[in-house]
Amino acid sequence: MRGRPGQDQFTAIHRFLAVVVVTAAMMPGCKGDGDASVALLNVSYDPTRELWRDVNEAFIAAYATESGVELTIHQSHGGSSTQARAVIDGLEADVVTLASFLDTDQIRKAGLIDDGWIDELPDHSLPYTSTIVFVVRKGNPKQIHDWPDLVKPDVEIITPNPKTSGNGYLAFFAAWGSVVLRGGSDDDAVGFVTELYRHVPVLDSGARGATTTFVHKQIGDVHLAWENEAHLEVREAKGELDLVYPPISILAEPYVAVVDGNVDGRKTRAAAQAYLEFVYTAQAQELVAEHYYRPSDPDVAKKHEATFPAMRRFAVTEIAADLPAAHKRFVAEGGVFDSIYKPAE
Amino acid sequence: MASVSRGVLPGLSLTLGLSVFYLGALVLFPIAACFFKAGTLSWDEFAAAVWTERARAAYALTFGASFIAAFVNLFIGGIIAWVLVRYTFPGRRLLDSLVDLPLALPTAVAGLVYASLYVKTGWLGRFLVPLGFEGAYTRSAVVLVLVFVGLPFVVRTVQPVLENLDAETEEASASLGGTRWQTFRHVILPTLYPALTTGFALSFARAIGEYGSVVFVSGNMPYKTEIAPILIVARLEEFAYAEATAIAVVLLVASLSMLVLINLLERRSRRHDV
Repeated sequence: MRGRPGQDQFTAIHRFLAVVVVTAAMMPGCKGDGDASVALLNVSYDPTRELWRDVNEAFIAAYATESGVELTIHQSHGGSSTQARAVIDGLEADVVTLASFLDTDQIRKAGLIDDGWIDELPDHSLPYTSTIVFVVRKGNPKQIHDWPDLVKPDVEIITPNPKTSGNGYLAFFAAWGSVVLRGGSDDDAVGFVTELYRHVPVLDSGARGATTTFVHKQIGDVHLAWENEAHLEVREAKGELDLVYPPISILAEPYVAVVDGNVDGRKTRAAAQAYLEFVYTAQAQELVAEHYYRPSDPDVAKKHEATFPAMRRFAVTEIAADLPAAHKRFVAEGGVFDSIYKPAE
Repeated sequence: MASVSRGVLPGLSLTLGLSVFYLGALVLFPIAACFFKAGTLSWDEFAAAVWTERARAAYALTFGASFIAAFVNLFIGGIIAWVLVRYTFPGRRLLDSLVDLPLALPTAVAGLVYASLYVKTGWLGRFLVPLGFEGAYTRSAVVLVLVFVGLPFVVRTVQPVLENLDAETEEASASLGGTRWQTFRHVILPTLYPALTTGFALSFARAIGEYGSVVFVSGNMPYKTEIAPILIVARLEEFAYAEATAIAVVLLVASLSMLVLINLLERRSRRHDV
């Protein structure tokens, strides 16, 4: 009988599995508890990786001088709501720095963050904010400057699916607000967003997918992106893309919060609190601006006003009671967004 | 073989116990949790969550595309297995190991690569799109990428059976005056049926659950190119856990019944054919 090729592979797979199992079993052992060091876990969303790496480095140094405690800070990144679900399901985050109120408040609903968390830190727990802007091809060939330009006949728009992406629903809210806050009725707004999504050839499931579609696959004339990501996108494209600021857009609010339900058990409350307060210091606010988030500190913001042109950024409360209400009305199951696609072709 | 080793070789109770434990912990328990979570919904809520017009369009795409992809794989995979077993040529071993690649490659990577190859400006798309084949952001794109992820299953199930196939029976058939087609139809194919069906079923099942690659190539347009797993993610985004699991349960039950059906058909065909 000839040896079957499958056999070798199976033993190889088994050996590999055995290694995985053994390694996994050893994992809790290398956590390094016991000494005077404290480890914090910051559960955040995708594009903040570089920002937090810089903030962490600055804070670890500052905290060591101030309190003598040697800190390790772990970062976890992923889709914002996926991260929120991970925390709810038991990921032991000390702080959460997610993209949307919806995600942070869901953790409160699960009992892990205290009621009233939003007032526990300055500026409603918003050390930085952002908005949705337009990225266009070099020289802005389709002359896109404002929301109504998006629905000109030959314009293709790239924006992620509002149902699966924070970037997606913020862009939707921004489009809606651009109509109703400039005198349009709700019917006008429905008409506008319906038309707008007719111009969207691809609904990527997340912000990064949409960026790939626009930048690498060269699909579309305009990309509706978070301001901080738009800056990076334009910078990396080396002159192939331009940034366009519409006169009006949504105020994006990525809240930060201490996860009360975790820090007491882990004895990390003091460090976690100090960590988030540190983000409001002038030093950290500079880092925030460098990573293209709009700093909450007015002095730092003024210094960087060339990077962040003045524009009307409306709060979600101007188009709905609050963010959950807006999400429910516009993008949740049976919402306005669903009605756009209702008549099947 | 199993019936011979029973009682002769030691360790049955230990291995059986482990098997039951693993299957329970790794497969049955999570699935039961799924049903349990979906069970927190009332019947009306369940129906509202899983049977919208949009969801039905998504099921149709998921099952339709998976079925077509598995069917295509049945032929491509069968031919590849045949070539790999019956012929020796330079690069055979390389080709053989390539077959497993779809299993190892993160499917998101596959999706991204397929999409960038087949878009209008892509290396393949610039030739294919003018010919009318749009391999990105269409239903064909979904099928295409599902063929990719399902390919190894047919090849790897058919390959060992072909290897063990006795050349003498074929020679016998030929010496008795059978044509090549008759030999293939009445000698080779019946032996391959069980492996082909298993490969088809595996490839089909794999395609139904596939998410990573499809989201990058389908374009995710509701009613058109939106697969059912996208609906699950969309509901999770609303933190509607129970509704999301309800859709998962529908997929689960549907795929399970299809797999059972395929198995039954295969048994029937074996009874009638040999």
